Amino acid sequence: MSSQAALLPGRRPAPSYVEDVIRTSMVLTMFWGVIAFTVGVVIAAQLVWPQLSFDNEHLTFGRLRPLHTSAAIFAFGGTALIGTAFHIVQRTCRARLFGGAPLGWFILLGYQFFILTAAIGYLTGVTQGKEYAEPEWYADAWLTVVWVAFLIAYLGTVLKREEPHIYVANWFYLAFIVTIAMLHIVNNLAMPVSFGGAKSYGAWAGVQDAMIQWWYGHNAVGFFLTAAFLGMMYYFIPKAANRPVYSYRLSIVHFWSLVFMYIWAGPHHLHYTSLPDWAQTLGMVFSVMLWMPSWGGMINGLMTLSGAWDKLRTDPGLRFSVTAVGFYGMATFEGPVMSIKAVNSLSHYTDWTIGHVHSGALGWVAFIVFGTMYYLVPRLWGRTTMWSTRLIGWHYWIATVGIVLYITSMWVSGIMQGLMWRAYDELGFLQYSFVESVAAMHPFYAIRMLGGLFFLSGGLLMAFNMWRTVRSQPETVGTDGRTVFAA
Amino acid sequence: MIFRHATIEKNVILMLVLTLITVSIGGIVQIIPLFTIESTIERVEGMRPYTPLEQMGRNIYTREGCYLCHSQQIRPFKDEVERYGHYSLAAESMYDHPFQWGSKRTGPDLARVGGRYSNDWHVAHLVSPRAVVPESVMPAYPFLAERPLKYDDVADHLKALRMTGVPYSNEMIAKARADLEAQVNPDADPTDLLKRYPKAVVGKFNGESPQVTELDALIAYLQMLGTLVPISNIPPERLRQ
Repeated sequence: MSSQAALLPGRRPAPSYVEDVIRTSMVLTMFWGVIAFTVGVVIAAQLVWPQLSFDNEHLTFGRLRPLHTSAAIFAFGGTALIGTAFHIVQRTCRARLFGGAPLGWFILLGYQFFILTAAIGYLTGVTQGKEYAEPEWYADAWLTVVWVAFLIAYLGTVLKREEPHIYVANWFYLAFIVTIAMLHIVNNLAMPVSFGGAKSYGAWAGVQDAMIQWWYGHNAVGFFLTAAFLGMMYYFIPKAANRPVYSYRLSIVHFWSLVFMYIWAGPHHLHYTSLPDWAQTLGMVFSVMLWMPSWGGMINGLMTLSGAWDKLRTDPGLRFSVTAVGFYGMATFEGPVMSIKAVNSLSHYTDWTIGHVHSGALGWVAFIVFGTMYYLVPRLWGRTTMWSTRLIGWHYWIATVGIVLYITSMWVSGIMQGLMWRAYDELGFLQYSFVESVAAMHPFYAIRMLGGLFFLSGGLLMAFNMWRTVRSQPETVGTDGRTVFAA
Repeated sequence: MIFRHATIEKNVILMLVLTLITVSIGGIVQIIPLFTIESTIERVEGMRPYTPLEQMGRNIYTREGCYLCHSQQIRPFKDEVERYGHYSLAAESMYDHPFQWGSKRTGPDLARVGGRYSNDWHVAHLVSPRAVVPESVMPAYPFLAERPLKYDDVADHLKALRMTGVPYSNEMIAKARADLEAQVNPDADPTDLLKRYPKAVVGKFNGESPQVTELDALIAYLQMLGTLVPISNIPPERLRQ
């Protein structure tokens, strides 16, 4: 069916695809990745040595942390998604991008402009004060324009497709674009103090604001960091493994159940708060149920390797993608466990959450991007392979060790924090003052920083490898002088 | 399958519409009732909009990203109630644009920090956290103590907040600047201010500077956190959502 259709050789010569935009997006993704990992290491170091903010207002944890999260999610992840969306939609539809290169450039560069505007705001203290929705009203308004253009380009390309079926990867990208638009607009409705100034006040207050913010926040995870990257998985794993998607039926079932259930999971960020109990319970129930569609996606991704597992020995890029799906499975099991109220009473407000997020962000999102880029970059620049396959292997192991250090240290520190806060001594007094729990975190914060440093080092190896690949002489040039790209 | 999924796969507009419907349901069910069910926000006395100085301090709190390490939401557990005070009520954040419940406690909860420490302690702690708490990992904020607070447009801030539903009266907006200056001046007559904003704490919060600094506003905000609702006088059944 449609899953195989995309893999069949073309009936007619493929149209000329917009590729410059995609090449640029790969370079920008690499750049933002290094920035995001670096700022992450810096703020991790600040929790080990708080003097590292140097009493400078621009370097405090509170200002750098949104820079780190936005650089990782929106700059690194978002730029990778725009580039791969353009790549996938053109090839699975056998159609040139709607709006052509001009619209493609507008979307990619417009998005970069949004990121820069937001980032400058963070450093200078311009923020809405809502996690993962920090950009102020003017940046939000600009992003809305770019996003509508993104939807138009995507939808337009699908509409003029030559393939009868819409390939499964596109379902996920489309759900991502539409849902993020809905979340972004509702969560960021705001009243500017003046149109000449940056400050605004959000439309929502208190308990409703909390619910709307985590409806947004959790589905930034669900649709930005999950659905869209599943789209990436559904295209690039079959391509790299040269196998069709394992189950067409499973992809239908898990797509619709995933997009339906994810939206309900937000309240698990608000367990035992002033949010009414009924909403918390709904959030918990749906979060636990979400385990199933999540693993549906994992199984579909992993089983696609059936008959091609040997490729993992020779293709370290594919190893990244497959490990990513493994981490996805782990994080989407841990998430439902943490959403159970009894578990959450211990884990909430602690480093356990930070560890959980990073097993998703580093293990799933970054690894699937790395795997995709190791596949895509040589092909986009007309090379057969990356400059060094050995270096990909080194990147893989350094990054994996980094993730393991990161998440294990955060498990230990998180659970320890939670237990220390609720510990009573034999006389019935709270056993630890808060600051004793802070002091106890010190060694784990150091280990976490080391893990981040490993992960960053791997990223730098990749950037070097990519630079050498791009700068080396093309190996395959078509007769018409254009680089050959196997569609 | 009774219906053919291929129909959806061949029609992108249909797929778009169905996806949008599917992703809308959860949000509609969880969000809209919070605006319509009256008991969502407990009916308790004491809540009032922030004073102009407190609101400007709150803006500094969000600007510096304090919410990234400090929660303002006490959960109904024995240890939390003993450590921080009565569990938080939805009513207590009803005028918070944005809410600052937070998601992480790298530092302690601040929902009821108001009145727990002296102004001088806050000044010393914010200027140099480790001088007061040696184990602290908090960044130092010496620049807040020196920088004058910008409040020329404080009335505009109150007006914008009124647009979002905070019940600032015309009088409050007209007197915003005077109220701000009165709260930070221990020699001024606070009668008018307290009439408009009961329980407002008046004082020169940052004793290190003769000017109205950003630190004055921030400490004014910290000192009122969790102090408005007289929780010990409220029968428990009134707190039920």
